[in-house]
Amino acid sequence: MSTFSISKKQQESVHILQLHGELDAHTAPDLEQEILKLMDSKCYNIVVNFSTLDYISSAGLGVFMAYIEELRDLGGDIKLTDMKPSVYNVFDLLGFPTLYDIVDAEQQAVAKFINTE
Amino acid sequence: MDVSAMTENLQSVRDFVVSHARKHGFPDSETEEIRLAVDEAMTNVIKHAYEYDSSKRIYVSVGSDHENFWVAIQDTGQAFDISNYIEPDVAERVRQRKKGGVGVYLIKKLMDKVEYSTGRTGNEIRLIKKL
Repeated sequence: MSTFSISKKQQESVHILQLHGELDAHTAPDLEQEILKLMDSKCYNIVVNFSTLDYISSAGLGVFMAYIEELRDLGGDIKLTDMKPSVYNVFDLLGFPTLYDIVDAEQQAVAKFINTE
Repeated sequence: MDVSAMTENLQSVRDFVVSHARKHGFPDSETEEIRLAVDEAMTNVIKHAYEYDSSKRIYVSVGSDHENFWVAIQDTGQAFDISNYIEPDVAERVRQRKKGGVGVYLIKKLMDKVEYSTGRTGNEIRLIKKL
């Protein structure tokens, strides 16, 4: 049983992934595939919107751990937005707020990409 | 409950534990902590104790006394003693592009006490939260 899904959209050069449901060791490979697909297509400006994500485990965090450095080396980034407090707490426990660009709203993250181009 | 050692069973085990934590009166914040700790412990069993052998079983039980609520996760795979675990340097793991290795650290942060035992019949990790 999987309640996880991803919807995608694009705004100028920025690719936005909206996560739905619960992200764990079972569903993390789906997110990894989406990020790899974007990287294969040379899309390095990625926003991940968590507003409809209800749960995340370290397997989900691991996807961001694995690819953020490579994306930054390629001139891009993954910006994380709209987290529920329970999801943000997991990132916070591991010190992610100092390593990742976590912002309140999707459009704020999109603007950061566009304004630096 | 007992389930086969497959990641697709993580959600039903989480839901099982959450319903019991709520019945014991834990607020949402602590219920979330228990949910995540159980997920991390079960994921470790699937990955490390059983090395993704889905024919194996995982046994999950909950219990309480007047002071504590606990979740016990038992397996018959390779022992994975978390007591020797060293706190990971998350920034360094990100630099090394490592996907994980932070589950045990989370379990220890989230729970009040974690006990691990291993014997001829298998291994048990007991995740304990004060009531």
